[in-house]
Amino acid sequence: MNYSSYITLIPLLPLAGFIILGLFGKSLTRSAGILGTFLLLVSTVLAFYTAYNYFFVSGKINGIYPPVTALHYTWLSFSPGLSIDMGVLVDPASVMMLVVVTFISLMVHLFSLGYMKGEDRFATYYAFLGLFTFSMLGLVLSTNLLQIYIFWELVGVSSFLLIGFYYDRPAAVAAAKKAFIVTRFADLGFLIGILILAYYGGTLDFNMLIYRLTATNLSPLTQTPQIGFMGISLLTWALVLVFIGGAGKSAMFPLHIWLPDAMEGPTPVSALIHAATMVVAGVYLVARLYPVYLLDEAVLQIITWVGALSALLAAIIACTQTDIKRVLAYSTISQIGYMLFALGLSGYGDTATGYSASLFHLFTHAFFKSLLFLGAGAVIHFVHTNEIREMGGLRKLMPLTHITFLIACLAIAGIPPFAGFFSKEEILLAAWENNRFGYILGLVTSGLTAYYMFRLYFRIFWNRTPSYSNHHGEGSWTMKGPLLVLAAAAITVGFIPFPHFVAVNGQEEITVPLRFSIAPVAVAIAGITIAYVLYFKNNPLPRKWALAFRGMYKLVRHKFYFDELYLFITKKIVFNGIAKPAAWIDRHLVDGFMNGAGWATTRLSESIKALQSGSVQNYMLYVFGSIIALAAVFIYWT
Amino acid sequence: MLSDFFILMKQELVIMVIIFVLLLLKIGADMSNEKMMNLANGLLLLNLAAGFTGNQPGVLFNEMYVTNPLIVLEKNILNLGTLIISLQSFSWLKKHDHVPEFYVLLLCTLLGMFFMISSGNLILFYIGLELSSIPLATMANFDLAAKRSSEAAMKFIMSSAFASGLLLFGISLLYGATGTLTFSEMTALITGSPLHIFAFVLLLAGFAFKISVVPFHLWTADVYEGAPVAVTSWLSVVSKGSVLFVFVSVLYTVFKPIAGNWYNMLFLLSVVTILIGNLFAIRQNNIKRFLAFSSIAQIGFILVGITGSSQVSSASVVYFVLIYVFSNLAAFGVVALVSAVTGREQVSDYKGFYKTNPVLSWVLTIALFSLAGVPPTAGFFGKFFLLMAGAGKGNYIPITIAALNMILSFYYYLRIVKAVFMDANEQPIERLTIPAYSKLAMFICVAGILITGLAGFVYDYIYALSFGF
Repeated sequence: MNYSSYITLIPLLPLAGFIILGLFGKSLTRSAGILGTFLLLVSTVLAFYTAYNYFFVSGKINGIYPPVTALHYTWLSFSPGLSIDMGVLVDPASVMMLVVVTFISLMVHLFSLGYMKGEDRFATYYAFLGLFTFSMLGLVLSTNLLQIYIFWELVGVSSFLLIGFYYDRPAAVAAAKKAFIVTRFADLGFLIGILILAYYGGTLDFNMLIYRLTATNLSPLTQTPQIGFMGISLLTWALVLVFIGGAGKSAMFPLHIWLPDAMEGPTPVSALIHAATMVVAGVYLVARLYPVYLLDEAVLQIITWVGALSALLAAIIACTQTDIKRVLAYSTISQIGYMLFALGLSGYGDTATGYSASLFHLFTHAFFKSLLFLGAGAVIHFVHTNEIREMGGLRKLMPLTHITFLIACLAIAGIPPFAGFFSKEEILLAAWENNRFGYILGLVTSGLTAYYMFRLYFRIFWNRTPSYSNHHGEGSWTMKGPLLVLAAAAITVGFIPFPHFVAVNGQEEITVPLRFSIAPVAVAIAGITIAYVLYFKNNPLPRKWALAFRGMYKLVRHKFYFDELYLFITKKIVFNGIAKPAAWIDRHLVDGFMNGAGWATTRLSESIKALQSGSVQNYMLYVFGSIIALAAVFIYWT
Repeated sequence: MLSDFFILMKQELVIMVIIFVLLLLKIGADMSNEKMMNLANGLLLLNLAAGFTGNQPGVLFNEMYVTNPLIVLEKNILNLGTLIISLQSFSWLKKHDHVPEFYVLLLCTLLGMFFMISSGNLILFYIGLELSSIPLATMANFDLAAKRSSEAAMKFIMSSAFASGLLLFGISLLYGATGTLTFSEMTALITGSPLHIFAFVLLLAGFAFKISVVPFHLWTADVYEGAPVAVTSWLSVVSKGSVLFVFVSVLYTVFKPIAGNWYNMLFLLSVVTILIGNLFAIRQNNIKRFLAFSSIAQIGFILVGITGSSQVSSASVVYFVLIYVFSNLAAFGVVALVSAVTGREQVSDYKGFYKTNPVLSWVLTIALFSLAGVPPTAGFFGKFFLLMAGAGKGNYIPITIAALNMILSFYYYLRIVKAVFMDANEQPIERLTIPAYSKLAMFICVAGILITGLAGFVYDYIYALSFGF
């Protein structure tokens, strides 16, 4: 089956939406949102059709799902050997992402119809959503490193636009800048990594690169002693640098600082960008280059530890935050840490179960986390605050939101039979087989996750009698519908035999023994129980505990002072030590030189004015003289 | 033989037919200006379309006339430029008394260019060149009431005659030295003796005059300023483009044996041309004069590309001329409209232009960005390929100078953009209604600027047809 006939439409339709709404949005007003949503609906249908086609009709060859380049277009060919290509890659991971991105984006589009109603820049919002979706889909479908980098940056730009959507709020502007700058720093690493891989691998194409690097050991990248930098092989450098790019986008420690601030954007945007799509780009990137990463165990171990550390620290921080969206943001960091942790686990053994476990978790997480964010959006829409201390007892007022939020919490806590349970089991199983210490960390994180999620849940929906009246209901059907659909997904998607479809070597079966599940579920229930004791009823217990562990609480509440550390480094060291002298040089030496050059140029331009006298006889003279001079120089001199 | 004649020379034949149709109409029919122009534009569109029907290589009249797919493509580019200029001159010509004459003269020069591009022999080359320049002098005088238009024509014909004399002298020396006028035979006989080099310098001067390479450029500014805008844009785009095409093919085939010599000459001329062109462009206040000098600097960039003498070089020259047609004609289109309606041509007149004419402002801005080489407009890719072709020889000095001069050119292109968007003006140019034909022409140009660069197949197609050594 030839995918090329329709697959390009999937990313191009949101792009069309962006262009149409960007140009004519002002005159469309309300219908702008409907148009954007409709275009995305078509994309989503096509994405599901592609997935159906690939997984069930024609993708399977000899029991595995080989990658297919559905479209290949040489965009700029500089010379026969060097060209920039654009293409569409269809393989299990990209098809899975295609479905996730279009589906979540569609839900967000629908939800925003109600949530953003009455917003001044309603059409602009939908235009930006279209641009983001286009970029993300382009990223997912990329066939080569340069293409993925282009879309990677486009994703960065469009998320900048969306985070800073309320540009009249200084906090939103600052957050957008922070997100952009931090990820840009990481992207620098990514770019250098790409250049190293492309230079020594001799190609930008993923499949070609993987083939060349894994099939032969003759590539200079893998020969450590000859070429290397600081005693580390080039391959390691390249892979670490690429991972830094991924870690920046995926908000891993210590580059996570932008994600909590990015919550300044509209809440549906957080559901799209900061739950399901952009932040998992780092995971996707590592997964894309996974066969290459398998060549270097050291890098995989780095990934495991970065992932595990992020998962644990973010979970700890999430326990102390009181802003509903920040809790969810730290929870996202923690869950993505989990995914990367699983991806890296193969560095400890020869089983690659971590790969499909990781992508499985990515898949399930997308549904329940976007559900959480949209639920949070519905709550914020209702109470007009992000502060959970001002909420409470909302279950009667928002019954539907309450139920769906509970489902999402159960899913993320890993309670069977909700989706998160299955993917977490696989990750923990992979950890158990490869790295016992990592398993313990995973288990602790899992318990913490259950605790802080239910802390959030009890605080919002129980705790005390509500101080709100039911003034405008839960929201329109466009807001409720996506919650219901996503809740249904959060319950069911765990039953998909995921490793059967997406696995590093074609397909594999992962069977989790029943008794293995006892520990994780018990830990999760313990976490929920603690949350119940502390937050089900309004009682003084939480404050007492916080006082008892005063020092530690303060440290965690301030997020381990990461922001302060960064501010100290940038403001005190970089600004004073580097930026100020550089500014002086720029202002006095560089500008002086430039002004001088400009002055000299204008003077020179004045002085040759006489050449253009206006009389033809002079012109002839110059022509004649020039010919004589040219002839003389080239006949006698050379 | 006869059928070959009709197929290979189809582009020239179509133009001849159009010329005769217009001449007969002038004599016989009493048509209004608008009708006449509608007809002429229709015929030009037909002419453009006819160029795309088949393009096999072939030779006619004892190698006097040569054609191949690249030549057909080059002629198509010129046809496109002609059509755009014709569309743009609508608002100027409709008030004019001599519409058919204008078209007849225009097409005669185009015919001359076609023969010149297709020439395989110095005689046909010379005839083509003359045919493409003598009617141009009349066209330069087409603002019949304006004194400066006559001055422009006078200067043009005198300089032109002088250049032709030099060229003819070169041709006769070359004939004397080699005993042949046919290009293909000449290559083997050119050895690089002083006589050959002297003859080549004379020929080079003839070319350099037509494409206004410094120091043979002096006529350019005066003529550009005085001539009607349509003629100025014709001179700066179509006329130059045609000579560039011939120049590249003559250099790369006939004068291949003395490539070492002309490489140095072009190297020198390109550096001087870019520098002087830019220095003059900086302080121009008349927008037509400004475009004239900036086009001189552009020619310098093209010369840098030509020095590469590889397949990339000839491809990048053709590619750049195509982009140049779009970019320069977009700029001239706006200038022509403003000039035809209001008569204002100073840079300072364009202050506050955006407030009254946002669409025209954007067209002008996109065109200037493309001329300056700002990505993602096509001009960036054009310059990029030219410089890359020049760098192919490993001589980075002209590349560095050219790159530095691009910064200089940003200054004067952006100066106009600044005037249009930022500067306040008490008497801005009033709101203009854009005639349908101008709109169409601007649309073609802007689409060309935006698409030609990003769509890789355009360059790939040209590259596949090109040649080098």
